[in-house]
Amino acid sequence: MTAAPLLDVRNLQKFFPISKGFMQRVVGQVRAVDGVDFTVNEGETLGLVGESGCGKTTASRCILRAIDPTGGQVLYRTRAGAVVDLAPLSQRALAPFRAEIQMIFQDPFGSLNPRMTLLENVGEPLLVGGMTNRRERTERVAELLQLVGLRAEFMHRFPHAFSGGQRQRIGIARALSTNPRLVVADEPVSALDVSVQAQVLNLLLELQDRLKLTFLFVAHDLSVVRHISDRVAVMYVGQLVELAPTAALFSRPRHPYTAALMRAVPVPDPRVPPGDGVLRGEVPSPANPPSGCYFHPRCRFAQAICTSEAPPLREIAPGHMSRCHFAEGLELAGA
Amino acid sequence: MAAPDDGAGALVEDRIAVASNWKLIWWRFRRHRLALVSAAVLILLYIIVLVPDLFSTQNPETTDARQAFIPAQGLRLFDEGRLAPWVPAIVGKRDPVTLRMVWTVDPSRKVAVNFFGRGYSWRVLGLFETNVHLIASADPKQRIFLLGSDRLGRDQWSRIMHGTQTSMTVGLVAVALSTIFGVVLGGISGYVGGKTDSVIQRVIELLQSVPTIPIWLALSAALPRDWTPTQVFFAITVILSLVGWTTLGREVRGRFLALREEDFVLAARLAGCSRMRIILRHMVPTFSSHIIATASLAIPVMIINETSLSFLGLGIRPPAISWGVLLQEAQNIQTLALAPWLLTPGLVVIVAVLAFNLVGDGLRDASDPYAN
Amino acid sequence: MQVRDLRVTFGLDEGIVRAVDGTSFDVLPGQVVGIVGESGCGKSVTMRAVLQLVDRPGRIDSGTILFRRRDGAVVDLARLPARGAQMRAIRGAEIALIPQEPMAAFSPVHTVGAQIIEAIRLHGAQQGRRVSGAEARETTVGLFRDVGIAMAEERVDAYSWQLSGGLRQRAMIAMALSCRPRLLIADEPTTAIDVTTQAQVLELLRELRSKYNTAIIFITHDLGVIAQMTSHVVVMYLGRVMEQGPVDQIFHAPAHPYTRALLRSIPSLYGEARTALPVISGSLPHPFNRPAGCPFHPRCPEATARCATALPKLMPVADRQAAACFLHSAAAEA
Repeated sequence: MTAAPLLDVRNLQKFFPISKGFMQRVVGQVRAVDGVDFTVNEGETLGLVGESGCGKTTASRCILRAIDPTGGQVLYRTRAGAVVDLAPLSQRALAPFRAEIQMIFQDPFGSLNPRMTLLENVGEPLLVGGMTNRRERTERVAELLQLVGLRAEFMHRFPHAFSGGQRQRIGIARALSTNPRLVVADEPVSALDVSVQAQVLNLLLELQDRLKLTFLFVAHDLSVVRHISDRVAVMYVGQLVELAPTAALFSRPRHPYTAALMRAVPVPDPRVPPGDGVLRGEVPSPANPPSGCYFHPRCRFAQAICTSEAPPLREIAPGHMSRCHFAEGLELAGA
Repeated sequence: MAAPDDGAGALVEDRIAVASNWKLIWWRFRRHRLALVSAAVLILLYIIVLVPDLFSTQNPETTDARQAFIPAQGLRLFDEGRLAPWVPAIVGKRDPVTLRMVWTVDPSRKVAVNFFGRGYSWRVLGLFETNVHLIASADPKQRIFLLGSDRLGRDQWSRIMHGTQTSMTVGLVAVALSTIFGVVLGGISGYVGGKTDSVIQRVIELLQSVPTIPIWLALSAALPRDWTPTQVFFAITVILSLVGWTTLGREVRGRFLALREEDFVLAARLAGCSRMRIILRHMVPTFSSHIIATASLAIPVMIINETSLSFLGLGIRPPAISWGVLLQEAQNIQTLALAPWLLTPGLVVIVAVLAFNLVGDGLRDASDPYAN
Repeated sequence: MQVRDLRVTFGLDEGIVRAVDGTSFDVLPGQVVGIVGESGCGKSVTMRAVLQLVDRPGRIDSGTILFRRRDGAVVDLARLPARGAQMRAIRGAEIALIPQEPMAAFSPVHTVGAQIIEAIRLHGAQQGRRVSGAEARETTVGLFRDVGIAMAEERVDAYSWQLSGGLRQRAMIAMALSCRPRLLIADEPTTAIDVTTQAQVLELLRELRSKYNTAIIFITHDLGVIAQMTSHVVVMYLGRVMEQGPVDQIFHAPAHPYTRALLRSIPSLYGEARTALPVISGSLPHPFNRPAGCPFHPRCPEATARCATALPKLMPVADRQAAACFLHSAAAEA
């Protein structure tokens, strides 16, 4: 695909100041997102995976401008074809783009206004976007509810009448109401039961196919990410450590952390013994990351250079990036 | 097509599914017998607020020095087995030693009384004139004193009815104003944050740290003596609410701070809602039931505040009538010993305050577990 | 422990919820039993019933929970008064709980060491031994080392909010083990932590189990964890046991349609990517609207007419494996 990517994130940074003392002096920074680069092409799903504290949620919120990035660019190609940097825009200047980029939230119980009916919840973006005719809105909401597999009559019910999986569908319906091109899904299935996860994942795959959506799928569950992504980006302590097409990443990871993550996932087969070489140590604090490569204190392949020099994110194989000094040489077992 | 989700429902489920928060609260509130009874009492009291004259037997202002300190006559419903309400007549005799009028109730002489009889004329809600009263003496020349009379010969029962109108209204309006102040200022404080929040919080702390009675004294003394009772009435109401909004303001701020981080608020922002719309349409409704419950628990406090102020002579002043003003008449031991029926306004205060507290508690319990 | 036909109901404003509706299973000494099921299946409530921690409006309606105590006596936990001395002696000392949220389970105003020391001294007193503060502290430090907390001496004096998620969970495990319980109930202990920390915690639990021969009841919805940790599996749905058996047979020869559907629907690192997962059709019924007959029948791809009217009983289908389904035992009516 030679068209410019739909989303091009360059050197995205988000730092939170730490203030101490009576006068609240700033004594340090929490480097929540520490120079992240990736692109998302139109129609594909990029999985952003990492454990808690890695910065994936913060990064996704920066892209949506729910919070303001400290630095970097968020280049978005609009429907008209122009490329706009969303990062420095004021909230007012962002208004025309809101309809094109929407979000699906993690918590099905907190993402819907409990005092509003489904019609009001799903219809809110439409109403604010100018669709003031009530009948038109009702029709569109009915259409959206059916699209996500719910009955249109449900629109007069309140969220408390629905299960977690159903509420996620309602959230998806709301996100799709304005015909967005890019949907940021922030752990949309983490809070759901196993069997319901499958339903919602299937729904997302089908909707992507039907509506030509582009997804930025943030998750901590590798199996889910593998199931839904075309390419996967792995984050650790605010940085991207590996970025590759799904099949390549899972068959042959090029970063020790990615391999450790895969080993740690318990296999649902009692005949497969638990993975050996459990990753030791704790995730470092983003306020005080280690020197050099952030992963070196826990890495079993660490050498002297890893302590002193931070490795850059470089291309190891076509389309496969890794932030490791020894990426080419390591023989890492995949799934 | 994704696997359709039929959300299997039976009648019970449907009814709950389309129930808005208020309906759910009502269902839960219904179970508390005590709260329901109290709610009925409050409704009765507010009917009195609307049409106090309907319940009065005579004009509360009518004085007659010769009929001072008449004891409570009481209302009897049955006359020799028939339903024929009557009030025993009173005979007055001057005690030769103390030269005081001594009144005794004479049950042999009956003054017939009608329900919905005719009496002095009054205006219904200021709209049209009528002279119907719930209880009226059959003989217009005979005054009846269901709860006795005070030192100026004014009927206590009618005065209590009119006092109800004033006291209950002050309570309600003062709390309504407090709530508005509290929600607006607390909301701004919580949603905007930053310096605005700090300033408002410091103001709240200042107001809360000054003892209330001296504030009332000062503000009340500052009221010009020549204001009409109505003006004084409104001024007192505003004074009470200016001091009373702080607790609610803090609570609302806390709610806003918590709600700000909720996903559905973020979703509203991403949908393009303006700040005002987010506050009014998305955030306030989630805790409006809590506000109502808090407000109904604040009203009795306001009523007692007003009663206390007026009792001390600093609030509503005669000739306006409120429960506090009525209780002023019962301020000295002599009066208490000789005319204990002048304490009945205190009973009414107790009933009203109790009723509000029970209803407020019931509401708070009913609105708490919304997200089960 | 032997649970037979346990029933726990909750009397809510809107109706009665039968959270546990006739559950039976056994736990042998030293065995790791996994209870797997989705939300609403009653697994957590079952465990609360075992520990007599079911609060109003919930109550244990019927059933028995037979537990063999350390001294050999067999007692029915369902009959014991919740606040009685016997139950308090059992909780902590003989049956311990590792709750789901370690942050919520520690007091924020006491150090983690203080809470463990309190438990040790309390149970010592109940058993007639007087344990001094210094002894209890030494035991606690030893426990912290056992569970792999570095700098144990210092960490004993830390507050729970000063510790990271993984450390907190380890401290919670130390607390649970402090009185050498014979049965450990782990209620979704790894759901709230990262996958790498989870691997560490699971490894720790495996080591501790082999060292102290504690029986563990492992409650989770994660089939991967079940496969890696347990030897015997109980599958629950809507308050009833659908199937139970040795872990290998459950995963490789599941008998109940629910178990089969559950196993098929999980995304895994090994299946096909970006293809639709086979799903269990329909959704979990509303708690006030339990289906008549077999609770799973509205969603079961193999349901028959009988399933809507009759309730199947748990019947043996293979060696040590039992399922509650008419497909396997036509005579299985409860």
